[in-house]
Amino acid sequence: MNHLREKYASEIEATLAKYPPDHKRAAAMPLLYLAQREYGYVTKQALIEISEILDVPPTEIGQLVGFYTLYYDEPGGKYRIQVCTDLPCALRGAEEFLEQLCENLGIQVGETTPDGLITVEKVMCLAGCDRAPLFQVQTAEGITYHENQSVESAMKLVRTWQSNP
Amino acid sequence: MKRPYLLLRHRDIPDLNDLTVYRQNGGFEAFRKAVTSLQPQEVVEIVKASGLRGRGGAGFPTGLKWSFIDNKNWPHYVVANADESEPGTFKDREIMEGNPFQFLEGLMIASYAVQANVAYVYLRGEFWQLAHQLDRRIQQLHNAGLLGDRLFGTDYSLRIFTHLGAGAYICGEETALLESLEGKLGQPRLRPPFPPAVGLFGKPTIVNNVETLANVPLIIERGADWYRSFGTEKSPGVKIFCLSGRVNRPGNYELPLGTTFRELIFEHGKGILGGKQIKAIMAAGASSALIVADERALDTPMDYESVPALGAQLGSASIIVIDETVSMDWLIRKTIHFFQHESCGKCTPCREGTYWMKHIIDRIHRGQANQNDVELLYDVASQIRGKCLCALGEFSTEAVLSALERFPQDFAARVAQQEPAL
Amino acid sequence: MTKMITLTIDGIQVTVPEGTNIVDAAKKAGIDVPVFCYHPKMHPVGMCRMCLVEVGRPVVDRATGEFVRNEDGSIKIQFNPKLETGCTTPVSEGMVVINTSEKVKRGRKDILEFLLTSHPLDCPICDKGGECPLQNLTMAHGPGSSRFLFDEKKHLLKHTPLGELIYLDQERCIQCGRCVRFQEELVDDPVIGFSQRGRSLQIVTFSEPGFDSIFSGNTTDICPVGALTTADFRFGARPWELNAAASICQQCPVGCNLTLNVRREAVASGKVVIKRVMPRQNEWVNEIWICDKGRFGYHYTESPERLTQPLVRKEGELQPVSWEEALELVAERFRQAGENLLSVAGGRLSNEDFFNLRKLTEGLGGKTALYTHMGGGDLVALAGMSKDSNLAELGKGDAIFVIASDLHQEAPIWWLRVKQAAERGATLIVALPRPNRLDKFAQHVLRYRYGEESGLVLAMLNVLSAKRPELPESINALWRDAEVQAAAKAFAEAKNAVIFFGSEGVGLQASQALAQACANLLLLTNHVGRPHNGLIAVWQRPNDQGAWELGWRPSPELREAMGKASALYLVACDPAADDPGLPLTPDFLVVQDLFLTATAKLAHVVLPALPFTEREGSLVSGERRVQRYYPAIPARPGARADFAIIGQIGKQLGMDLEDRIASKVMLRIAAEVPAFAGITYTTLAHAPEQWPIIGRADLYYGGTTYENQQGIGVQLPNGVERGEQLTLSWPALVTLAHHGEGYLAVPVTKLYDGGSTLMASHLLDQRRVGSVIWMHPAEASQNAVQDGEFVHLQIGEASAIATVQLDEQVPQGVILAPRSTGIPLHEPRLVQIKVVERS
Ligand SMILES: Cc1cc2nc3c(=O)[nH]c(=O)nc-3n(C[C@H](O)[C@H](O)[C@H](O)COP(=O)(O)O)c2cc1C
Ligand code: SF4
Ligand code: FES
Repeated sequence: MNHLREKYASEIEATLAKYPPDHKRAAAMPLLYLAQREYGYVTKQALIEISEILDVPPTEIGQLVGFYTLYYDEPGGKYRIQVCTDLPCALRGAEEFLEQLCENLGIQVGETTPDGLITVEKVMCLAGCDRAPLFQVQTAEGITYHENQSVESAMKLVRTWQSNP
Repeated sequence: MKRPYLLLRHRDIPDLNDLTVYRQNGGFEAFRKAVTSLQPQEVVEIVKASGLRGRGGAGFPTGLKWSFIDNKNWPHYVVANADESEPGTFKDREIMEGNPFQFLEGLMIASYAVQANVAYVYLRGEFWQLAHQLDRRIQQLHNAGLLGDRLFGTDYSLRIFTHLGAGAYICGEETALLESLEGKLGQPRLRPPFPPAVGLFGKPTIVNNVETLANVPLIIERGADWYRSFGTEKSPGVKIFCLSGRVNRPGNYELPLGTTFRELIFEHGKGILGGKQIKAIMAAGASSALIVADERALDTPMDYESVPALGAQLGSASIIVIDETVSMDWLIRKTIHFFQHESCGKCTPCREGTYWMKHIIDRIHRGQANQNDVELLYDVASQIRGKCLCALGEFSTEAVLSALERFPQDFAARVAQQEPAL
Repeated sequence: MTKMITLTIDGIQVTVPEGTNIVDAAKKAGIDVPVFCYHPKMHPVGMCRMCLVEVGRPVVDRATGEFVRNEDGSIKIQFNPKLETGCTTPVSEGMVVINTSEKVKRGRKDILEFLLTSHPLDCPICDKGGECPLQNLTMAHGPGSSRFLFDEKKHLLKHTPLGELIYLDQERCIQCGRCVRFQEELVDDPVIGFSQRGRSLQIVTFSEPGFDSIFSGNTTDICPVGALTTADFRFGARPWELNAAASICQQCPVGCNLTLNVRREAVASGKVVIKRVMPRQNEWVNEIWICDKGRFGYHYTESPERLTQPLVRKEGELQPVSWEEALELVAERFRQAGENLLSVAGGRLSNEDFFNLRKLTEGLGGKTALYTHMGGGDLVALAGMSKDSNLAELGKGDAIFVIASDLHQEAPIWWLRVKQAAERGATLIVALPRPNRLDKFAQHVLRYRYGEESGLVLAMLNVLSAKRPELPESINALWRDAEVQAAAKAFAEAKNAVIFFGSEGVGLQASQALAQACANLLLLTNHVGRPHNGLIAVWQRPNDQGAWELGWRPSPELREAMGKASALYLVACDPAADDPGLPLTPDFLVVQDLFLTATAKLAHVVLPALPFTEREGSLVSGERRVQRYYPAIPARPGARADFAIIGQIGKQLGMDLEDRIASKVMLRIAAEVPAFAGITYTTLAHAPEQWPIIGRADLYYGGTTYENQQGIGVQLPNGVERGEQLTLSWPALVTLAHHGEGYLAVPVTKLYDGGSTLMASHLLDQRRVGSVIWMHPAEASQNAVQDGEFVHLQIGEASAIATVQLDEQVPQGVILAPRSTGIPLHEPRLVQIKVVERS
């Protein structure tokens, strides 16, 4: 039984159609996103399912998870707040922003709130340097940008999630 | 009179990211013209004549690159590099949000020029929303008969697909990008062979930056001579300068190549935050050498020849402004951490060298170092130089070596504050 | 002819073929450019950056295309200001390479220093210590002391199993990627890979079982540090304490060259024991590789269960006796039996054993029979690989045809070499009723129904020639098939062509027919009697071909013959285990083997033989290469070499048989058997220089595979080369009843089976196939059989219990059963299946 293949048959077919038939492996990254959408993170089972769909050994799928930062092999918060503290943002107060955000959330960078709702992470440049401080929010569904932020605006967003978990 | 925008045209024309609006403003006429009335080779020649150079960083002449495509090996591919991950770079994103069809049209013309029937847009994973928007727009183009089979009644067919990366700066390097697009680790390939000979799926491939491609429709529509009327002799055209750091008005500025740093920073960027003194400039994002921001530097034209004369590179023209409040040990700690985090690990000097540099700079920054460590850092960075498989490793040394050479006082001051180490 | 390029390296002029890289060119000139990631058997990747050299190229005048000259008339050379990686830089005419300048030394020292920042430097406790390229190169090029702070070193997992066979020490790994590339590029098993990135880059596997590849052990040879080690040898010994003995693998007919590393050990009460099996270079046979069966399977030779005393049945019980007593008894009874003596022997025996046994038996007027389910060796002797053949020479313009064999499972190194030939451009034709690991590399994949293998080959013949024997309609349909026609034509057009035929789904008679059909095809297309052409049989045992060359033949009615003989001498075969229903009741039964086998238990006399590790001898590989193996450890007291035992029986009977020195037996063989003319143990020990250069002095280059100093063997001239006639003849086609009472069960060969040369190697337990049958899911659902169920198999008079495994790759209408796993099936037969228990 291949859960992903069965549940997302048409989506998988559409993804595979993007690439030449003898290069199915190219669909590995889109399918890893799909697995993350389905399971919250890339489970061992997901690796096997993807490897079956693409007809490559599971190692060739699994190795991608560690290389690319947007894939996870263990669960985290439902919302991953990823604050850019790279050089241009840091020149515009991103590090202080991150510190205060963490204080407000009561967690350290890399940690998840006890309710499992939020993980705060520090990331490299997000291509929004003119609108620092900024962060992106990664969920199983995808990624959204939040720019020109203040701790107040960020906490407002957090409260909407908390009230509607 | 203000010059109309060429690439950031959405700033002049509202809703340009709507297909109807874009077509009302002449959109896709260049593509139609190319496909229906120009031979592929003619398109290449026009782009060659325009002197357009790649906007992804290396500044390689675009038409020349297209002419390298191996016509003995088929199919061909074109890949738009929308990985935009260099710290301080945020122009491709604005193009794809505000003026996406001009970029897509450029991609389509490039595809026609090398007779590719499939093109990919490789976007960094963070551009998830952007990718979904592009997918919808590509669908609109299909519906409008601008993509698909037998376009304009000719034999030419074209499809475009987006592909999302997943968080790796190195995937901006074109061969790493191709590996990633093939579903592998984003590690650079050995070159030669270059992508126009052996690229995606082993086939001849052209990789171009989003901004580069956005220039193409105008060049085809208005001609090479018109394009050459902007910019300098060797660096024709306009460029989007991404201005960030300690300026009052950061943002994207579309200006002719050859505009001075002074004009960008002080006129467009409205000067330094808090009225502080400018100290240094990074012209190519985190990959830059640090330019001492003296009068000579400020009056230097920003183009592919003049910036190297300052011991730096224009790269993707991501201008990060540093003011007097910033100490260089803090700054290069930022860049070193970035490159250490992004090193793909394939080659020894970059993998080990960035890791080692990180330890030394952390020590210096923590106050546990002495002047020997500063010298060791210089040694290690020099040791990485000239030995790496791809440019990332080399980039990692640019800020470090130039900071140590050009701002030694910052490091001397830092270690002087401290207890002798060990 | 490839273009030759002349360049200068450190002042020495070298001429090499175009496309050679600087590292290899230097090596050919005797100059070492240190490498970690580069390996001469793999494509360069330029990752480690150790091979830095200074490179200058002649300045060319654009207008004239001529070299520009200095004032003194010498050619003007322009040096690249950057060092270049020698492994990725191809040579060019007039190039000047500097390998010893200060700049080069400095560059290499820099790289080594980088590598050592992360390396644990635990050489004193490392398995690779003493044969470690990193250690050696650090001595030669490294920095004197570390500038990296020790407490900032990255600490990583040590001794993590990648699977039960291979362990990884993450701290020692230098990310050269050799192992990953070997698995992907060479053996098409990308089951290990890099994960993470930057300094965290590390080797991982997600396969089940871990590192699931039959070639995994090779990665430990080419790993340039002690990061990958085998579970067999880890912490086993230090390399410098080991002695080395040259040997030949006995697990299949490829004949891979081995080195057995041995050491005297206190824990073994001062006995010499085998510590590990390593490949030994033979570019004509196995290059520098071996499969895991060869590497880990040898443990049976050291089993405590081995026989060490002659046994004689007294009062119904087998009882230990002296050799004198046993030999006297055997000789006496054999004399009495005379022409009613039947000697049956298996392909584990050496040439010397077979020769002596035939002499002894025929001297008494008795008969011999080779114990095998596969025929055609006589045709291989006639039209097999000619002298001076090498599969490595096959490439563009040549063809390889593999039929009725799953080479990946039956002869892994042949699989590898055939794959490589296909990658070099040879046309590969693969014919098997089911998908297999060669299909991917084949131009023509032909599927036939079990039983039609000879018909398929005859159909190919029909495509090519007007000589059309009457063929059944089903076969005629085959030759009208476009793919078969294309394959036949491609084969006919090939410059050189080789056919591998196996015994998947064929028994003795059918394989003899198949061999004849294949020989016809070779003959008709003029692919016999020339180097790099010929017929290869994929035998089950290492020396089946030797037996045929020495005149041994299987008996079509072995069962009857055994029933009729009054004395039976069974050497290196275990018919009672293979066919539990066999009536083994002669007046006198002698069994000679390593273990007290099922057959031995029935014997009147049991004679204990020595395994290959404790004696010397020679074998003939499937490619007809005679190769010598040497004793690695002292013979276990009590057991004797087969040829010696046979010789001693002969002596008792007053015959002139050599019973002490194997090389002397070979002299007799050479004198009597035309194909062996001129072969001596000395000619077999001839060891010419090979490329790539492998050896202890420069481990970083090729790895720890042993250099071959003990001989590459001699390929026998085949019959056609010696003037014998190969004639076309039309074999009778064997027809299989696909339908009838029960299922058509087809025997297939799996690498890790339950054979006696594997059972004692517990390392491989997880990977061994048990008593199973494979079946198509549709077939199973039709017959209400489920995956994982136990079934009772009735095979004629014999029976067995097996587990059902469903597999979509099994052709419908048949079930597949692995050989040597306890299911007594030697050729396709109808069997009855009954579910015994719902799981
Ligand atoms: C480490 C590294 C990162 C790069 N990142 C990007 C990038 O994000 N976007 C981009 O267009 N080019 C990037 N490049 C340059 C590409 O390799 C390539 O030169 C470019 O896509 C070619 O397009 P162009 O000729 O249109 O500039 C990068 C190069 C390196 C070495
Ligand atoms: S320089 Fe860095 S990023 Fe480039 S190949 Fe080497 S390790 Fe990878
Ligand atoms: S880079 Fe040449 S041997 Fe590794």
